[in-house]
Amino acid sequence: MHGLINRAIQAFVTDTYGADRWKSVMDLAGLGFVEFEAMLMYPDDQSFKVLAAMETVLDRPLAEMLEDMGTFLVSNPQAEALRRLLRFGGVDYVEFLYSLDDLPDRARLAVADLHLPTLELIEQAPGQFELICAQGLPGYSNVMMGILRAMADDYGDLVILDHAGIRDDADIISITHVESQFAEGRSFSLGAHSL
Amino acid sequence: MMTPQQLSEFADQICPMHVIFDASGRITSAGPTLRKLRPDYDWVGQDFFDIIAVSRPRWVRSVDDMLRSAGVKLHMNFASDPQTGLKGVLAPLPAGGGFLNMSFGISVLEAVRDYDLTSADFSPTDLTIEMLYLVEAKSAAMEASRQLNMRLQGAKIAAEEQAFTDTLTGLKNRRALDHVLSRMIDSGKEFALMHVDLDYFKQVNDTMGHAAGDAVLQRVAQVLIDCTREVDTAVRVGGDEFILLLDGLTDAETLERIANRLIECLEEPVPFEGKLCRISASAGTSLAKEAKPRDATTLIHQADLALYAAKNAGRGQHLFYQPNMEMMG
Repeated sequence: MHGLINRAIQAFVTDTYGADRWKSVMDLAGLGFVEFEAMLMYPDDQSFKVLAAMETVLDRPLAEMLEDMGTFLVSNPQAEALRRLLRFGGVDYVEFLYSLDDLPDRARLAVADLHLPTLELIEQAPGQFELICAQGLPGYSNVMMGILRAMADDYGDLVILDHAGIRDDADIISITHVESQFAEGRSFSLGAHSL
Repeated sequence: MMTPQQLSEFADQICPMHVIFDASGRITSAGPTLRKLRPDYDWVGQDFFDIIAVSRPRWVRSVDDMLRSAGVKLHMNFASDPQTGLKGVLAPLPAGGGFLNMSFGISVLEAVRDYDLTSADFSPTDLTIEMLYLVEAKSAAMEASRQLNMRLQGAKIAAEEQAFTDTLTGLKNRRALDHVLSRMIDSGKEFALMHVDLDYFKQVNDTMGHAAGDAVLQRVAQVLIDCTREVDTAVRVGGDEFILLLDGLTDAETLERIANRLIECLEEPVPFEGKLCRISASAGTSLAKEAKPRDATTLIHQADLALYAAKNAGRGQHLFYQPNMEMMG
């Protein structure tokens, strides 16, 4: 699995639970190192060992932690670059939702060997969407749920999100867009980081 | 046929950075993004060349030149500060005058920041937003790679350092000796190679233990460093054997003095856990001068012979290599 994904897990655990707990997780995972490098590739089973160790050491359901990780990736100042890249997807939340179809391609444009599973947004009725998260990265839909929730806050929109089961091996997230500009979102200036 | 008003509204939609001017060069329409760059200007009714300067092609100086430039890529900038760069292309209008469509070109990064532009300021077909996304994504990825490279570079230097260092004493090791010696030989400079062998070290190890032996070796390393200059190289080549490479030094008298001082210092007892460890040292030196054979094996062999002779002469002594030592060896 790409180092960026492993590094995201590391950043989330270290920031939320502290460096000591991360070390305990890595000791239990038994990989022989503590820090992941963002720009290196790691065998998938190493990541799975870390996730399993997180469940034991932190004593929380994995799905819940992964959703928190999605939120962390958007809302934590450390990960500001990622929030900005997601905001480039659209001027409002609905446009952002549609940009998710392009997310795996966008990710690959930035980092050529970063492969994310396909995402597909289906509008069922005005304000009612389904996001189909293809398989390939266990827990992907949990992380996406957290990202969708945090991005709604970022735009200041009110949404209701729910796991809507599995169809053709793909996880479905149902999205009800209740209100735009429900609260004041965070500002996004195109040029803030461009130089 | 479209009225000028309709054309202007049409152009605002499709080309947010357009300018339409009449045959005399007076602006009749300017796109919303362009107007945002100079909100104080009236635009309509103003002379085009009062606002925009054409830098290339150089022959474009008048409205007629502009019209003749149809289809050619124009390089322009604002006449007033900030002189944001623009590029564009002009098409003459049937009713006279021209339609000029512009974009930022490479200056877009500064422009987005200077004028606080948003997605809405760019035509949906414009790739600027995608470009800004790419610049940012690539910069972030590049920064992560750069940090990885720096960490790897640091690890590489540390690993090399370690590969050339004797861990107990911190002196250079045998591998480093081969490296430094061949470099000094290649450089053509004169130098001395002094082989130092500890006397009575085995007794210290046997009677007082390895910890005492290690303490003595660390003390020896300190003496070797103290008695030589920074340009010299001190190497631990074996358990209790050391080689000094003395850069640019072939004067017998000076070398004799250094060797004697070295032996004297090494004979000072080393305290260890309330007891004193006593050792001495013998030394043999070969000289790398221009006339002499300059190869590593010969130099080390000659220093070995001199050391052997010094040991035979009763230890605690230093001798230079002499050709007659070959017979004795």
